[in-house]
Amino acid sequence: MSTTTTPYAAGLGERGLLRLATAGSVDDGKSTLVGRLLHDTKSVLSDQLAAVERVSRDRGLTAADLALLTDGLRAEREQGITIDVAYRYFATATRSFVLADCPGHVQYTRNTVTGSSTADVLVLLVDARKGVLEQTRRHLAVAALLRVPHVVVAVNKIDLVDFAQDVFERVEASVAAVARELGVAEARAIPVCAVDGDNIVDRSARTPWYSGPALLELLESLPPSEDVEAESFRMPVQLVIRPQGAAVSEEHREYRGYAGAVAAGVVRVGDPVVALPSGQQSTVVGIDLGSSSLPEAFAPQSVTLRLADEIDISRGDVLAAAEGAPTPTQDIEAVVCWLGDADLRPGQRLLLKHGARTVQAFVRTLDGVLDLDDLHAVPAESLSLNDIGRVTLRLASPVPVEDYAVSRRGGSFLLIDSHDGRTLAAGMVGATLPSAPPAPIAPEGDEDFDI
Amino acid sequence: MTRLCERRRRANPGSSPTPRVGMARIVEPPQPIIIGRYTLHYMTVTEVPSHAREATLPAEASPAAYGSAEREPARRLSQLDALEAESIQVIREIAAELERPALLFSGGKDSVVMLHLAVKAFWPAPIPFPVLHVDTGHNFPEVLAYRDETVERLGLRLEVASVQDYIDDGRLRERADGTRNPLQTIPLLDAINEHRFDGVFGGGRRDEEKARAKERIVSLRDEFGQWDPKNQRPELWNLYNPRHRPGEHVRVFPISNWTELDVWRYIEREDIPLAPLYYAHEREVFQRDGMWLAVGPVSQPRDGEVVERRLVRYRTVGDMSCTGAVESPAATNAEIVAEVAASTLTERGATRADDRISEAAMEDRKKEGYF
Repeated sequence: MSTTTTPYAAGLGERGLLRLATAGSVDDGKSTLVGRLLHDTKSVLSDQLAAVERVSRDRGLTAADLALLTDGLRAEREQGITIDVAYRYFATATRSFVLADCPGHVQYTRNTVTGSSTADVLVLLVDARKGVLEQTRRHLAVAALLRVPHVVVAVNKIDLVDFAQDVFERVEASVAAVARELGVAEARAIPVCAVDGDNIVDRSARTPWYSGPALLELLESLPPSEDVEAESFRMPVQLVIRPQGAAVSEEHREYRGYAGAVAAGVVRVGDPVVALPSGQQSTVVGIDLGSSSLPEAFAPQSVTLRLADEIDISRGDVLAAAEGAPTPTQDIEAVVCWLGDADLRPGQRLLLKHGARTVQAFVRTLDGVLDLDDLHAVPAESLSLNDIGRVTLRLASPVPVEDYAVSRRGGSFLLIDSHDGRTLAAGMVGATLPSAPPAPIAPEGDEDFDI
Repeated sequence: MTRLCERRRRANPGSSPTPRVGMARIVEPPQPIIIGRYTLHYMTVTEVPSHAREATLPAEASPAAYGSAEREPARRLSQLDALEAESIQVIREIAAELERPALLFSGGKDSVVMLHLAVKAFWPAPIPFPVLHVDTGHNFPEVLAYRDETVERLGLRLEVASVQDYIDDGRLRERADGTRNPLQTIPLLDAINEHRFDGVFGGGRRDEEKARAKERIVSLRDEFGQWDPKNQRPELWNLYNPRHRPGEHVRVFPISNWTELDVWRYIEREDIPLAPLYYAHEREVFQRDGMWLAVGPVSQPRDGEVVERRLVRYRTVGDMSCTGAVESPAATNAEIVAEVAASTLTERGATRADDRISEAAMEDRKKEGYF
């Protein structure tokens, strides 16, 4: 049985899986855009479309409301809103997509943070008539904070401004300004009309002045986020595999392997590795995926490593390349997106989950909260639901965290309620909040530009 | 049935490393043909040598066109490998964090793929949890036989929660429409309580159904087994949190992000044995509500329904009284991959009467504790 992934054969031609999240304000046509993407990539099958047409007719609409394709819950359909992140799947000739459709208005931080945390691309909707809104700035702030590798701004309803080039260029310029100011790595704007499909799958004849790609073309061409070659190897150990019991065959009686998902970089048989936090070193002698043995593994593969020495490694430890391994620490400074109903205050005790390790954490100080109106840090006594703040934590035992800016997987953590197990916060190690209010954007004489 | 199985195996030597010529026929046209959700050359990507594939790609797909990808990384996981890696990580994490998980195993293709991933996750150690089957009493006999063979082959512990027992002693009543899929909820919840399972792996996929599209990979259930879709735990990065209060449990869906086509491509790639009724075979069927139902102890034709012998296969297997067959000549995994790629109906739309009851039939069942 050939289950081995040879790195050179696997990726070519098939451009792999791209995870995208969508975000936008209320009524900017996000569900319609998603519906259009699904519909125009032939991802909507005839029975699904028939159901949407039936419901649309029942509501007295003349055309199928493509938003109904993604609004799956009864309450969403009843209220005509999107409540929770929905996941959709579509594929083109060259790529497959996992789309996290994040609602814009209710608990936008929670939903956008959830969708953005795994996204390679954030597709942000902007209404061409309204330009960059406060909500747009907030979404861009979250994208910057979570370090989503690519941001695509779909300037929608371009038909309602008569496909005017100057309107698009103005929106494009203000998006670029905000993105620069917030530290978004890359934000490209595309003029679209989701209702009619302009520049969604095919380039539109109605925007002859636009020479860039259609949305789907761009999504197909984006490079993947991870560049494993440039990273240093890390793997949190999820399980130690030691077969026991009568059913285990003789050859595996002595088997001892460390199972986990490679979080960063590449590991090869023969590589020296260090176990953290103990600091003990050994050498990789085998890499297993099921019953196949691999010469190397890279992020985000799930594998089992065998080492030359019987050193003490247990669940939660991190195996890292011997050179440049992170230093385990009990003191963490981080930005957290607070998702709990009750407030966060200094002095609180929580659980922190990083990789495969969960430790007790104590909130030493709250060092500021992001003011969502002008996007800079202000002092605060507590963090409320959907707040983004900076905290200093003390951990009960050392954890080999890395800066989130260096490694999304190595620098992210959860804060968990130790009583009921609820996830209370998304944390990013070493991240900072802008300390001074950003310069306002020149409205350029257009009163529709809401700052 | 045995004969069909053998034919499939001969026709599809899954261990062969050479490109499958059966698939090559489909890619003859130089341009991609879009049928259904997928283009035909898309589904051949794992099988065709890379130089041949490059030639079939449309010119405008070149990333260089926009200058956004100067360099192709040498190491990138294929779609199936990326999905496999994610699923294995989920299975290991939940097995490590929870005390008493169990895996729902019906013998259907999705639970078979999930079980295969669990084998890989712990190899060479055995799967460290039991499997649970909620038996409707309306099963296809070949699926039950397959279930038992698989449990035996992998040395698993099987727990069965029987809907028939509940009906026999009056705890559940047969529904007017005769379908037993919705009746599985109570026996499932009772089994979870009785065995004190704190986590249950299910083979649900988000692409199956619109309420499932809203489901988390790790999803909390309260002490009544209820799902609250409006108040779900945020799921961040690849950090899964199955912690819960006593009495609550989590449902875990390791193959959430797989589509039906992914499942079939993986079954083909890994050469996973399946119950024979997934492959084309002749069967006595009759038509009801636009579906071909099998003639059997729990599905008898009514007046005016004509029994015919047709070449069919099943896209889903469930309650025999409401799970329809599709007419199909697809007898090998490769043929099924091609058929699924070209299908214009979802698997549930094509084969499940119980999901047609209302717009929110699945959501309502899930809220009550269904899987």
